[in-house]
Amino acid sequence: MTDTTDAVSARRLDGNAAGGPLAALFAVDVTAARSRCAACGTTAALGEHLLYADAPAMVLRCPSCTEVVLRVGTREGYVLLDLRGATLLTVPVPVVADDGA
Amino acid sequence: MSVLSRGFGRGRSRPADDRLPPGQYDAGDAFPVLSAGPTPHTPLARWDLAVDDGTGTRARWTWEEFRALPHEALTVDLHCVTKWSKFGTRWEGVAVDRLLQDVPDPAPYVLATSDGGYTTNLPLADLTGGRAWVVDTYAGEPLAPEHGGPARLLVPHLYLWKSAKWLRRLTLRASDEPGFWETFGYHLYGDPWREQRYSGD
Repeated sequence: MTDTTDAVSARRLDGNAAGGPLAALFAVDVTAARSRCAACGTTAALGEHLLYADAPAMVLRCPSCTEVVLRVGTREGYVLLDLRGATLLTVPVPVVADDGA
Repeated sequence: MSVLSRGFGRGRSRPADDRLPPGQYDAGDAFPVLSAGPTPHTPLARWDLAVDDGTGTRARWTWEEFRALPHEALTVDLHCVTKWSKFGTRWEGVAVDRLLQDVPDPAPYVLATSDGGYTTNLPLADLTGGRAWVVDTYAGEPLAPEHGGPARLLVPHLYLWKSAKWLRRLTLRASDEPGFWETFGYHLYGDPWREQRYSGD
């Protein structure tokens, strides 16, 4: 059981706020990617996940079961990415501009 | 590129204070709440605290049983890896020595497990000898959920991520298995006076 009105919940963000750090790693906007949760199997866009940023790293959790899906942070010039709870990331193939079109 | 989470980077200059480990600042009256997930609210009727010796549960206390254990009052300084420190915090709780007293030949490491799935690893030697408590009272009041209530681990000589909020189980282990932040590159031990923030420090 979790509280939806406490200070921690009030400061919770949605996954779109993780787009900046993740843009350092991915060639596409990964907040639009759909991710399947390793714990409960729910598939949702990363931007719709729950982001806890008041921590030593950004912690992205499943919007259904709240298990950890992804952690991203930096230290000493390195980006760290943990994808422990994402069994499948699905992203559209980037559209390549065609000069002849 | 700014990828830091909000807890970091608020260091500020202050006069030297020998209570302040390297790289830390005095948070003053503030008691920042850092959280990697939703705050659990386990009803006290369903709460228990267990000690597992690695083969199974060796001791278990309901909330009423835990409250009846001998409590100690302590006043300690806190040091968070996100660089704030807080001096003179007042707690009441049960010494971990008391919780482990009936475990024969305990293994040398402990994994603390909390409601919400949080874990952290510590050497047994840092939880014993009057250096660690399971606390249920802060500043004379029941410990608030946002600070880890109903009960949290308190190991003030290590960075505060070792003082697991919402503690439910201490598991004795033969090896030092990394916990939630330790698997993300945080230091296995976490001594603020040696600034052991990350593995390799």
